[in-house]
Amino acid sequence: MTTGVIFTLVVIGGALAYFAWRSLRGKEIDRRLIFLVIGATVALPLIFPLEFEHQPSPLVERIYERIEALPPGSQILLSYDFDPGMAPEVQPMADVITRHVLARGHRIAFMSLWATGQAQLNQTLNNVIPVDFPEAEIERDWVNLGFKAGNEGVLRVIASDLPKMFPTDVEGRPTAGMPALEGIRSAGDFDLVISFGGGKPGPREWILFVADPTGVDFAAGTAAVSAPELYPYYPNQMLGLMGGAKGAAEYETAFMGQYEQFADMPSPGRRIMGPLTMAHIVILALIVLGNVIYFRSRRERGTA
Amino acid sequence: MRRSTLIGGSLVVVFFLAAWLIKGAGASGESPYYSAFLITLAAFLTLAVFSFLYADNPVYKFAEHLFVGVSAAYWMVLGFWQTLVPNLIPRISRALSEQLELEYIDELWNVLYVIPVVLGILLLLRLSRKLGWLSRYAVAFIVGTTAGLNFIAYTRSNFMAQISSTFLPLVGDWTSWAAFVDNLSLSATGPLALLMANIVVVLGVVCGLIYFFFSREHSGTFGMASRLGIWILMITFGASFGYTVMGRISLLVGRMTFLLRDWLGIIAS
Repeated sequence: MTTGVIFTLVVIGGALAYFAWRSLRGKEIDRRLIFLVIGATVALPLIFPLEFEHQPSPLVERIYERIEALPPGSQILLSYDFDPGMAPEVQPMADVITRHVLARGHRIAFMSLWATGQAQLNQTLNNVIPVDFPEAEIERDWVNLGFKAGNEGVLRVIASDLPKMFPTDVEGRPTAGMPALEGIRSAGDFDLVISFGGGKPGPREWILFVADPTGVDFAAGTAAVSAPELYPYYPNQMLGLMGGAKGAAEYETAFMGQYEQFADMPSPGRRIMGPLTMAHIVILALIVLGNVIYFRSRRERGTA
Repeated sequence: MRRSTLIGGSLVVVFFLAAWLIKGAGASGESPYYSAFLITLAAFLTLAVFSFLYADNPVYKFAEHLFVGVSAAYWMVLGFWQTLVPNLIPRISRALSEQLELEYIDELWNVLYVIPVVLGILLLLRLSRKLGWLSRYAVAFIVGTTAGLNFIAYTRSNFMAQISSTFLPLVGDWTSWAAFVDNLSLSATGPLALLMANIVVVLGVVCGLIYFFFSREHSGTFGMASRLGIWILMITFGASFGYTVMGRISLLVGRMTFLLRDWLGIIAS
């Protein structure tokens, strides 16, 4: 354990002890002090990294295994349905899946139902493909269909006629004849569809308007806030689910463990888990402390 | 304006200007001062929003209003250039297509492409006091079609498919229970773990429904099932809360990473 990690634990432990001492003496804690401690709890493990072991859960493993099982050259649709607010959780999933799909020799069609998703998609196109797959060619190995306004309307159209909604890619090149979209008439023709998101439209709309009507294999990577409402669709209507930063960390672990050439790749999903775990511990401690004070004051009121 | 506000504001401006110049001097690339300016501006806006945690203030208000305005404009511009222009113009006008350097789609002229244009224009008439009533036709169309289309999708996926997913086998191979107990964990797999998961799902759904069944008094066995239903609901809400905390803290981690790595350069990328 490094000095930095010990310093982090001492600061967090000291802050919690101070809160407990003040609360048990019946004094109030300024909420701004709690914000400051949460800020320190997140910042310190970023400066002095804390690493944890991750084991892919069955929901994440099924997505990984599905991509592994597809024959090279399979066509996969990745939809970036999120904004910068969800990016810390969802962008790592999108990046690692892109790496996995291209490493397996599959072809990708990128698209977005969110205007902000296109900017996030550009992050993958700028930071992942040219760095790790310089040999991957646009139109042949991947195509960027870009953002289309219309929410569920877009999904309804591509469920029956994809070229009608995407006559051109984001740069205005005609999509007809592109090898990356060879043989694709509708979204149902893809071998796998993955939506990264958490809002509306997002994975739920993909299930309702594309996966269920066409029967295409569908998986989702979602912000933690939306994960609980997607669980009921697993496993019959959804192949697998990556929920929040934990899902991203699990997928990165599975991928980096098997592909040696990517063992040192950036893994923001795993890095986020250190501060996230510490913040959870602090919040849990505050919840326990709050309950202790509540029951104590109730008992005191009862005896008074 | 109070003197202290003026001094505070000036200090903030000087601080961020200094931060920009220092960042620009240390940056590399084609236009270091421009990229340093963007990063410093993003850092300023992040800290402006964080300042709300201390108290409501004009800097926070500025950042909030800027966000709303920029978001609305961004969605509108992208929607226009990436949906309306490439999907509509090449289908209705050769001249406009050539002017916008789009490939004209030579197919039979279809009136169906004109109807959305008319409805879209009617929607914009909402801005006029005299003709605003015309926008109701477009709104009525949107409400009617959305309700109709969603009704089918929700009935199929959220009702029928969900009921079908609840019909799970509750009898299976119990002989593997010894191995299950040996490897007892939250991520245990195998036939017995699956069987137990099925029992939890079926019991959870039935008890949850019983809790919302008010035509009979919640007493006896029915009452016990109802109380179990409350527990199931509480555990669900707890899981949702836990995930929400995870999401919000992840967001904070994202902004902290930006401040510490991209702006201050304290942590490595």
